[in-house]
Amino acid sequence: MSVLILIDHADGHIKKASFEALTYGADIAQQNGMAAEALLLGTVTDDLATLGKYGVTKVHQAGNTAFNQLDVQVYLKAITEAVNATGATIIVLAHNQTGKALAPGISAALKAGLVAGAIALPDTSNGFVVKKAVFSGKAFANVNINTAIKVISLSPNSYKVTVGQGIATVQELNLTPLPASIKITAVDKVSGDVPLTEADIVVSAGRGLKGPENWGMVEELAKTLHAATACSRPVADSHWRPHHEHVGQTGVQIAPNLYIAIGISGAIQHLAGVNRSKTIVVINKDAEAPFFKAADYGIVGDAFEIVPKLTEEIKKMHNA
Amino acid sequence: MRILVCISKTPDTTSKIVFKDGNTKFDETGVQWIINPYDEWYALVKAIELKEKDPAATIHLITVGSADCEPIIRKALALGGDEAIRINSDSTDSYFIASQIAAIAQAGNYDIIFTGKETIDYNGSSIGGMVAALVNKPYISLAASFALNENTATIIREIEGGEETCELSLPAVISCQKGMAEQRIPNMRGIMAARTKPLKVVEPVAAEALTSIVSFELPVAKAGVKLVAADNVAELVRLLHEEAKAI
Ligand SMILES: Cc1cc2nc3c(=O)[nH]c(=O)nc-3n(C[C@H](O)[C@H](O)[C@H](O)COP(=O)(O)OP(=O)(O)OC[C@H]3O[C@@H](n4cnc5c(N)ncnc54)[C@H](O)[C@@H]3O)c2cc1C
Ligand SMILES: Nc1ncnc2c1ncn2[C@@H]1O[C@H](COP(=O)(O)O)[C@@H](O)[C@H]1O
Repeated sequence: MSVLILIDHADGHIKKASFEALTYGADIAQQNGMAAEALLLGTVTDDLATLGKYGVTKVHQAGNTAFNQLDVQVYLKAITEAVNATGATIIVLAHNQTGKALAPGISAALKAGLVAGAIALPDTSNGFVVKKAVFSGKAFANVNINTAIKVISLSPNSYKVTVGQGIATVQELNLTPLPASIKITAVDKVSGDVPLTEADIVVSAGRGLKGPENWGMVEELAKTLHAATACSRPVADSHWRPHHEHVGQTGVQIAPNLYIAIGISGAIQHLAGVNRSKTIVVINKDAEAPFFKAADYGIVGDAFEIVPKLTEEIKKMHNA
Repeated sequence: MRILVCISKTPDTTSKIVFKDGNTKFDETGVQWIINPYDEWYALVKAIELKEKDPAATIHLITVGSADCEPIIRKALALGGDEAIRINSDSTDSYFIASQIAAIAQAGNYDIIFTGKETIDYNGSSIGGMVAALVNKPYISLAASFALNENTATIIREIEGGEETCELSLPAVISCQKGMAEQRIPNMRGIMAARTKPLKVVEPVAAEALTSIVSFELPVAKAGVKLVAADNVAELVRLLHEEAKAI
């Protein structure tokens, strides 16, 4: 009986969302008197023994480079074999793009109940109940997993990473990959930027900015805060910004520590994508903008004056 | 070419979310139902575009839901699609729903199964991946573009911080998101035609529910916004640093 945490990686590095999943999985193991182990398919340059710091005692690695590309069929066969080999009964992974591709398949292949997008530790006082956001963040559901084997994908930015002292043993797991079911012909990464779903801070702007030529000050503020940039739907629809920046009910759903909304009215469909942010700051020239009702801090005023000043004041604070 | 499009019904995006029966059930009073936006705007319209290029293609719609789904299915048929199948069950368990779709998919020999990227009510982003595993076919999630050349599909999918182009041979299961197609509005001819298109009602196959919703909760209301004067941006920075500890 163990908790098996799947490690997601790209370009040789483990993703931030996986550190959250590791801490979360290790805490579930502790809560239930189980061992916490990790599974890594493919190869990374990071030192796997250091994953012990997040609470796992063992890292199983199937170090075949064929696993460095996400091919769902290939992954599913390897993961089910690893689950059988390790005797894991709880499988934890990040609810990021990779997790969304894999978790449902793992659930179906193992006939194991899945909670997709968990935001808290399971409540095991009466069954095995996991909390997740529903209605696009407008509510939460407590979902019981009815099966002996359980799959949980953890919503990014929902669980605090804790770092301890341990060192994990790394064990080679001999898994033979299936022939590829897909061929990846191009990868197009927005280089240098912080991925939106992983970002601690997100600076977002809407139609109030009037046109794409005015995004310089938004990017400058984001850079100063090491933040990702986002936008409202009409901004992406008008091609002022790339569509992967569109947040909201029909875009990306995020839960950063800090969300700064500039010139966005705060329509209910926009809020649905950002309402789980810990702190929300709204800058809008209209005091009646609905976004102020969902905000923690706000400034009523002209973005073109306030945003550059905000960047300047943050730089001052960093230098102080 | 045979295409199966998975259609689900969700509350209108502006719906107020209220629960009843001691927070165990979603209160449907006064709720306007719509086709889940990802299913309508992207999955269905992409299927229609493929049929416009290849008139020999057939589009079947499938929904797992009770009779109150029928207006939604008729609207989907009005947009396009040749016939619809409704599996008569109001289960909300993803595995149960996926099992129903997989049973139809197996029997129907489809080349493409399109789903939306997620439902905006239960937010499972699960059905597509489960169906793919159940029918043992390749799965591409979060597809933002899809082009077909003979039997080879070229798909752009979203990955963290970017996009990846992949090629695969059909059949496959694909979850669709923004970028796949442009939203369309049904026209009068489509609405008239939809009235006479076949809508088959099928009883569910046996399948387990692997999960069950115990209760719902609403988020704790915010304390209220703290406004800072426009000429005092330094104060906002101080609050974010010292009080919110966010920067
Ligand atoms: C089914 C459906 C799904 C949708 N999904 C989404 C979604 O996922 N995400 C999303 O964002 N929207 C979504 N929408 C659209 C949503 O309803 C709103 O139309 C949209 O969010 C508005 O974008 P906005 O706030 O940028 O623009 P506007 O509503 O035009 O607001 C612009 C704001 O900028 C302010 N402003 C103007 N000038 C300045 C200035 N100089 N300084 C400061 N402030 C200024 C104005 O006061 C105003 O509040 C959806 C709609 C539907 C029907
Ligand atoms: N009850 C249902 N009937 C048919 N298709 C569904 C149903 N529920 C979900 N789907 C499809 O699966 C996709 C993902 O849903 P979900 O996994 O619930 O987020 C949706 O966008 C639909 O295309």
